[in-house]
Amino acid sequence: MAETQNTVRSTCPYCGVGCQVDLQVREDHIVRVDAPFDVAPNFGRLCSKGRYGMDFVHHPSRLTYPLIRKDLGSLPRKPVGLNGFRRASWDEALELAAAKLAGIIKEHGGNALGSFCSAKATNEDNYIFQKFIRGVVGTNNVDHCSRLCHAASVAGLQITIGSSAMSNSIAEMKDLDVLLITGSNTSETHPVISTFMREAIVKNGARLIVIDPRQIEMSQFAEHYLQLKSGTDVVMFQALAHVIVKEGLIDEVFIQQRVEGLEDYLPSLEEFTPEYAEDICGVPAEQIRQAARLYGNAKAAAIYWGMGISQSVHGTDNAISLANLALLTGNIGRPGTGLNPLRGQNNVQGTSDSGGLPDVFPGYQLVSDPAIREKFEKHWGTSLDPEPGLTTMEMVDAAESGAIKGYFVMGENPMMSEPDLIHARHVMEGLEFVLYQDIFMNETGEYADIILPAVSFAERDGSFTNSDRRVQLIRPAVTSPGEARPDWEILQDLARRVEEKLEVKHSIGFDFETPAQIWDEMAELTPPFQGITHERIQKENGVHWPCPTPDHPGTPYLFAESFPRGKGALTPLSYRPSQELPDDEYPLILSTGRVLYHWHGGTMTRRSKLDDIYPEALVEIHPADAQKIGIYTGDWVKVRSRRGEIEVKTLVTERSAPGMVFLPFHFVEAAANVLTQDARDPQAKIPDYKVCAVVVEKR
Amino acid sequence: MSDKTPIKLVIDGKTCQVPAGTTILEAARSLDIHIPVICLHDATTAEGLCRQCVVEIDGWGRLAPSCITEVAEDMVVQTESERVVRSRRTILEMLNASVDLSQAEGLQNQIQRYKADLERFPGAKKRQHEVLDDNPFYVRDYSQCILCWRCVQACADDIQYTYALGLGGRGHDSKITTFFENPMPETTCVFCGNCVGVCPTNALQDKTEYLLEKGLQHDQIRARRRQERKDQRSK
Repeated sequence: MAETQNTVRSTCPYCGVGCQVDLQVREDHIVRVDAPFDVAPNFGRLCSKGRYGMDFVHHPSRLTYPLIRKDLGSLPRKPVGLNGFRRASWDEALELAAAKLAGIIKEHGGNALGSFCSAKATNEDNYIFQKFIRGVVGTNNVDHCSRLCHAASVAGLQITIGSSAMSNSIAEMKDLDVLLITGSNTSETHPVISTFMREAIVKNGARLIVIDPRQIEMSQFAEHYLQLKSGTDVVMFQALAHVIVKEGLIDEVFIQQRVEGLEDYLPSLEEFTPEYAEDICGVPAEQIRQAARLYGNAKAAAIYWGMGISQSVHGTDNAISLANLALLTGNIGRPGTGLNPLRGQNNVQGTSDSGGLPDVFPGYQLVSDPAIREKFEKHWGTSLDPEPGLTTMEMVDAAESGAIKGYFVMGENPMMSEPDLIHARHVMEGLEFVLYQDIFMNETGEYADIILPAVSFAERDGSFTNSDRRVQLIRPAVTSPGEARPDWEILQDLARRVEEKLEVKHSIGFDFETPAQIWDEMAELTPPFQGITHERIQKENGVHWPCPTPDHPGTPYLFAESFPRGKGALTPLSYRPSQELPDDEYPLILSTGRVLYHWHGGTMTRRSKLDDIYPEALVEIHPADAQKIGIYTGDWVKVRSRRGEIEVKTLVTERSAPGMVFLPFHFVEAAANVLTQDARDPQAKIPDYKVCAVVVEKR
Repeated sequence: MSDKTPIKLVIDGKTCQVPAGTTILEAARSLDIHIPVICLHDATTAEGLCRQCVVEIDGWGRLAPSCITEVAEDMVVQTESERVVRSRRTILEMLNASVDLSQAEGLQNQIQRYKADLERFPGAKKRQHEVLDDNPFYVRDYSQCILCWRCVQACADDIQYTYALGLGGRGHDSKITTFFENPMPETTCVFCGNCVGVCPTNALQDKTEYLLEKGLQHDQIRARRRQERKDQRSK
């Protein structure tokens, strides 16, 4: 860096809000983070992670050169720290990686490889990643952590309206008179969005309904706080719909024009009386009625949800039950109104958009559609597999059965984020080959054969797409450490070498010189991106897709005219209880999630000063349960499930309901996912992180 | 605001038409006349606290704070009259007499612009406060605080709705503080730093930057953090 002091506009690498930040750089260090007050989506606001969590970039444990496992080839592989690896040159590491990948492909076929692209990496990285996996390796086995996060929201919204993104922009909250937040601890997981919610409530007089088993901070701003029992979401939302129908609060004109399936749907509501819901959900029937009236009478209402809805064995049903409410009342398709799954990762929207999913190319174009496939085959100069690939957890199954021989993991940490970790680790031990690309060593990297060091968001160009579909840029601010290289560059280099080993050559392959060029190729193949270029994003500070032409303004809110599937589909549902309910042996329900100061597997925030304010895991437990066990805040306890056990300190609080405990999943020394179960939603294949049975014991 | 008829007024000899309810400050901006401010920030509610944005209005006996005074038909406004300039200079001189403004870039620019006499009140008592370093993220040096109120607004109903900051003390001893003067980690503070983001004087400062300015190197800062963490744990 030439200047000793400069300001670099970029996009925050934490959550899906996509806050614009001004990195203040002095002597090649980010010394402060400001936010521009005149730019969407955050208008000068930041949270603790965005303002104080960027120092991970300069952490001494950054990966700075390629590494090769010392006991390469010995199985079962054991997790090893950095001293289990030796330094290698890029040439050696990439040659070896290419040879190993080509070997698996030649011997077992491309489908013997499972790959994880990254919701932390840019759109351009992920585009190249899936192009490499699909076009060169020859498999659609590409997935990423959105499978573990909003897969059920995607599935539910696909069924009901045919789309899977947040329908509104953040700025539209000012138009609302009712907000419904459910399964989202918004003030901790999307803090900046929560400030706009509070503004809508406190300043504009909007009214809030919170439906959540935990008494989250947002409930303090709610007119109705419905503390339902974990896993009873479908009953709650069907009961709200029941009241809305019975009291004549449906929007008949909207339904007539834009919705189908009412005839089949209405009878399915009969059993879901508020009294029935009171029995199942533990919320007084009268409270359910009042909340239903508030939502049903709203002029403009929007629903916001997070993992509490989707990370469930009936996550798809949960999302459908929310969509049903919006369709019944016409609360979608106008400014502010709509259905808003708050995306977790900075680029989870973009990674899905860029084709980081097993069944779709960029822009959700189906791999099973011959015309689409032909388009990509022609452009990439290769033949493509018509079969959708495996999802994240299906890849674990396939690795266990031996169908998958190798993993390529880029910028993810499945060994912290997958459920039933002891099992997941065991599966990892049996793999023939593991390739890992990241900026830090983490629990997944410990299983790798080869580690490729990537650069962080602050050291490179590219684009992230935030939760409200706004494509925004990141820009290089500081020098990358050692020999680390940008993901897209590593991927291109690797792809060319694998092509060489397989003796194939693509007509348009992996010779891009900038991320902007990569974006252009993706946009050319993806109609909703065709009006977007890096140059335009630079000029306008961000563009909301769909944006099909250069003179199209972008689309802040969706479905003004119609739904992607034509008419919205009201969808009947029935109640299925959670898979593992408390019993005498395991009497408490465990829910997992995040805290304000940490991020997912902790790879970044635990290497940041954020860790100083929240240095250890705490299990939240209600005073009534704590009293029964005889524990106090600060006591060490054992939390045990049928899968495993961890030791952790106690936080006695009324935030969690009686009968329920809460654990953050950021802390490797008390990894919550040792306890969780791999029980999946049948449609979305998302595991249930919010309901499993545990026992808490004095240590 | 229901009256949509535009209001016509004259600012510094230029005529403009703006919607009813517009403040004089905003109307001036539309003419590319930028009235200096101290307490006002785009992200916070105008309170008219500092009086630096005062203007002279024909027929008004007193100077009017333009950030909260709405336009009226046929108003004639002067934004840099002799009286206005004298008032602004005096405000800067009084602030400088009681507060350390050395790191307040915006105020230093205004001191130059209005040729404020930094020795005008030689015997004045300066606000003296210890630097409060009680959390990993930012430090608070209320010797540099001009009580503009922005941090309190940002913490409350203008950005964060967290209500960790308030006003304590009286008269010269007035200061921004927390309930019972508790250290920040023991308040409702969520360390969003939005207060730091709106502070005009560096009274609230990012801790990394503060330590760098004290001459520490990055590895020394890291070591210091580790130590503070240990101390915190052993408490």
